[in-house]
Amino acid sequence: MKPTDIKDPEYFHKVVDCQYACPAHTPVPEYIRLIAEGKYTEAYMINWDSNVFPGVLGRTCDRPCEPACRRGRVEEEPVAICRLKRVAADNKDDVKHLMPKGPFKQNGKKIALIGAGPASLTVARDLAPLGYEIHLYDEQKLGGGFMRSQIPSFRLPETVLNEEVDYILDLGIHQHFNHYVESLKELLTKDYDAIFVGTGAPRGRDLPDMTGRKEGAANIHIGINWLGSVAFEHTSKIGKNVIVLGGGNTAMDCCRTARRLGGENVKVIVRSPFAEMKASPWEKEDAQHEDIPIIDNHVPKSFVVENGKLTGMTFEKVHAVYDEAGKRKLVPTGDADVFYPADDVLVAIGQENSFPWIERDCGIEFDKWEMPTVNETTFVSTNPKVFFGGDAAWGPKNVITAVAHGHQAAISIDLMCKGEDLNKRLDPMVNLISQKMGIHEWGYDSAVVSDERYVVPQADKKVTLTNRKKEVELGFDPIAGFKEAQRCFNCDVQTVFTENKCIECDACVDICPTACITFTENAESETDLRAMLKMPANNKTQDIYVSDTLPTARVMVKDENFCLHCGLCAERCPTAAWDMQKFFYNVTKADNSCYHHQK
Amino acid sequence: MTYIRPKFRNPELPKNKLGYTLAYYEGALSTLCAGCGHDSISAAIVQSAYDLDIEPHMLAKLSGIGCSSKTPAYFLSNSHGFNSVHGRMPSVATGANLANRDLIYFGVSGDGDTASIGMGQFVHAVRRNLNMVYIVMNNGCYGLTKGQDSATADYGSKNKSGNVNLFESIDLASLAIELGATFVAQSFSGDKTQMVPLMKAAMKHPGFAFINIISPCVTFNNNLGSTKSYDFVRDHVEATSTIDFVPTMKEISVNYEKGSHKEVTMHDGSVIQLHKLSDAWDPLDRQSAMNAIINAKAKNEILTGLLYLNPDSQDLHSLLQTSDQPLNTMGEKELCPGNDALKEINAGLR
Ligand SMILES: Cc1cc2nc3c(=O)[nH]c(=O)nc-3n(C[C@H](O)[C@H](O)[C@H](O)COP(=O)(O)OP(=O)(O)OC[C@H]3O[C@@H](n4cnc5c(N)ncnc54)[C@H](O)[C@@H]3O)c2cc1C
Ligand SMILES: Cc1ncc(C[n+]2csc(CCOP(=O)(O)OP(=O)(O)O)c2C)c(N)n1
Ligand code: SF4
Ligand code: SF4
Ligand code: SF4
Ligand SMILES: [Mg+2]
Repeated sequence: MKPTDIKDPEYFHKVVDCQYACPAHTPVPEYIRLIAEGKYTEAYMINWDSNVFPGVLGRTCDRPCEPACRRGRVEEEPVAICRLKRVAADNKDDVKHLMPKGPFKQNGKKIALIGAGPASLTVARDLAPLGYEIHLYDEQKLGGGFMRSQIPSFRLPETVLNEEVDYILDLGIHQHFNHYVESLKELLTKDYDAIFVGTGAPRGRDLPDMTGRKEGAANIHIGINWLGSVAFEHTSKIGKNVIVLGGGNTAMDCCRTARRLGGENVKVIVRSPFAEMKASPWEKEDAQHEDIPIIDNHVPKSFVVENGKLTGMTFEKVHAVYDEAGKRKLVPTGDADVFYPADDVLVAIGQENSFPWIERDCGIEFDKWEMPTVNETTFVSTNPKVFFGGDAAWGPKNVITAVAHGHQAAISIDLMCKGEDLNKRLDPMVNLISQKMGIHEWGYDSAVVSDERYVVPQADKKVTLTNRKKEVELGFDPIAGFKEAQRCFNCDVQTVFTENKCIECDACVDICPTACITFTENAESETDLRAMLKMPANNKTQDIYVSDTLPTARVMVKDENFCLHCGLCAERCPTAAWDMQKFFYNVTKADNSCYHHQK
Repeated sequence: MTYIRPKFRNPELPKNKLGYTLAYYEGALSTLCAGCGHDSISAAIVQSAYDLDIEPHMLAKLSGIGCSSKTPAYFLSNSHGFNSVHGRMPSVATGANLANRDLIYFGVSGDGDTASIGMGQFVHAVRRNLNMVYIVMNNGCYGLTKGQDSATADYGSKNKSGNVNLFESIDLASLAIELGATFVAQSFSGDKTQMVPLMKAAMKHPGFAFINIISPCVTFNNNLGSTKSYDFVRDHVEATSTIDFVPTMKEISVNYEKGSHKEVTMHDGSVIQLHKLSDAWDPLDRQSAMNAIINAKAKNEILTGLLYLNPDSQDLHSLLQTSDQPLNTMGEKELCPGNDALKEINAGLR
């Protein structure tokens, strides 16, 4: 194999598993270290730069970083990356003075953002400081999109959301709330230089043809509409017996909200087996903790209505059968259908996009699923002035994905307004600095602690179930936050190998606690080389680091997979052929000043 | 502060027959200089004990004084250990072995500990064919006391301060053969593929198994002009053979070219397979082994591998015809049979 090109920023980026998995590539270990040092404000600002809503995300993020976290590969649980973010948000000082400060010198360009969810708000934040005049439209009375209308207050207090939405609105954004955009065509005739569509995936799936659907309509609610109506205080109660249909996070929010609005006997009933439900494991746990049974392998068959009133539902019992390709089929068990009584049913079986307000003749191509054609790098549609992002682009995802889209769309809009090629995007900002400070001294806390993941304390159920707005999770206190932060391996502190210093003494091989390092003859193919290592490198998603040829004609090969970043290889190397170097990687955003300097 | 070994190990580590991973055979974190050859030897010991499914409590590590003699702290933490006085490990090993013949005795020493202060003890352990492994971590200097030339420093070798050694060196391997050692090998700390099978064979050998391992002292004897530096050893090492150690009952899968292949079956049925790289030498012939060493020396080569093996080795217990039952398991009644028994013995001698 050829030697690894560590100058390619993506090589070391992949080693920082959490950051690589984060759609916005938040520099996770950097902020975790700051939390350990008690520098909450700095930790917050690093987050704010990357993901715009640290307080919101520290409570609600889908956390794709955690399943990726290296710690989860050597022990049970990953670092509580998400909840640590909240520690920064909760304990920071006033950050207002650290934000970009208007009024900004205007550049004469006007941008319309449709929908005030996280995607649009991110575009607004990135472009406003550059002098763009931003007009933000939303049919709701306040900004935040689904973060406000869907995520319940017991998971995300309004004050936290308001604070972070306001940081953006305060940048001099022109706000057009309570304003549903009826026609894109019409908007295109206005003098906007670009339009960003961040309208989300606002239509909840229904069971329109099911027996009893029409007759029972008064007590059958579409989950997301119902949650929105609760959030905006149009709905404040529900029947005692509630069935929630569906197995995703929306179903979990529906059932938990129902418990707070008078639902005493709330059940989630789902088609798939429990283990395959879409909801995150922690959402399922939280629901069960609130005495909500989850009944799996039950396919809804009919709404039962007696004397014009919904009395419950019938279900067919199924079990999952898998074909050779692993494809699942739900096959009836043959048992008799079962009836569950209900005063109200919440249908939370999925969400879809819908663009009734976009005329099909304004240059935007739609595919057979009625989805717009959007470029995956630039987020531009087939109309060069119209960009899409967030759930509106490719269907429902999550807040952090919407933010990542917003950053990239903002770059494109900026390039477009300057008449530049949208594909001329700048590389990330990277930096690699040695952490060596002396014998046994490194510029990071290299010792690896053995602590198991700390549990986030929760408020008493008696209180939370009677007050819809009372936040359930209390967050880590600073001490628990410190301890949890110490669990992070600092995967951004990279092991960097310099072959011409190596005397092949094997010290690094012998000391490495996880047997990552091997000196071996080289092989033609990566597959062969992986098999030749001290411990075979079985995890193909993790790279192997191959050096140039050494004096004994061998190469050094390091499997990144189980590296603990403990620094012992560098500690034991007599010639400093190994060094621990901190790698900083920051996605370039439209408003990063370096973006403008680099040119 | 990094100098703390994490608790985590590679979760894919395999287990040996006893259900232990390699980690179970580790010792404390080494405090030797970074890059010291001795650490690689410790790692090879850990690997060998793991591979042979040794129950840690059935092994005793013994050593004298020196950086090399410190290493038992860095391997096999679950085994017995005795860190003796400088050069006195052989007598402690002899006593322990006589008291309990059932343990594996793993002696670790240095060139100073063996070839200078301990020479008087070493030679007698060899000629008695005490059943033990005796490893010399040979760096040509007294590492622990800051690198003075040892008795194994080669004539003409230059030390770190630029002084050239004026004295002839003691060649421990030839000496051991000369004194009747029944298993003599040489190796290099930078070559685990060779060290591990040698150590495994040595542990299985019933008698004194001597391995002289060149082990560079990175701090005091790794300079240009030294004949014990990493670079010099790599340039002058000449392996006699490649070696495989095949434990009992395991199918032999390697096929060697005819003529160059030698197999030696050990007393317990395990097999040493030697793939000889030179024809002019027979590892079962003492004379031939001696010649090979002398010839290599003349050519400025460091001969490594299994140099000599006596398959008919009779260890000290066999020679003395001691009881099969270890003495330490006997009670006072068996060990001190009393005045009547003494009288009977004395009468027999009249
Ligand atoms: C119940 C529920 C719970 C969720 N929980 C989480 C969670 O815990 N964590 C997480 O990361 N994600 C969660 N999500 C998903 C997340 O909310 C969305 O992925 C994210 O908000 C999408 O952001 P967006 O910017 O694309 O649009 P949205 O947040 O959907 O905002 C779109 C906005 O556009 C407005 N709009 C639509 N059409 C028009 C129009 N024509 N004119 C004017 N305004 C319009 C809408 O009113 C809405 O305010 C949840 C979703 C649901 C349904
Ligand atoms: C009786 C006695 N004399 C002298 C010493 C000092 N001393 C300590 S270690 C050592 C030499 C060790 O050399 P070697 O056995 O080669 O070990 P290395 O440190 O090189 O591995 C000496 C002379 C001592 N500890 N005890
Ligand atoms: S251990 Fe820390 S740096 Fe490594 S993946 Fe997990 S959170 Fe990220
Ligand atoms: S410890 Fe340093 S010099 Fe020794 S083999 Fe490893 S990288 Fe090379
Ligand atoms: S002084 Fe020499 S022998 Fe002793 S630990 Fe250091 S390198 Fe090893
Ligand atoms: Mg020595």
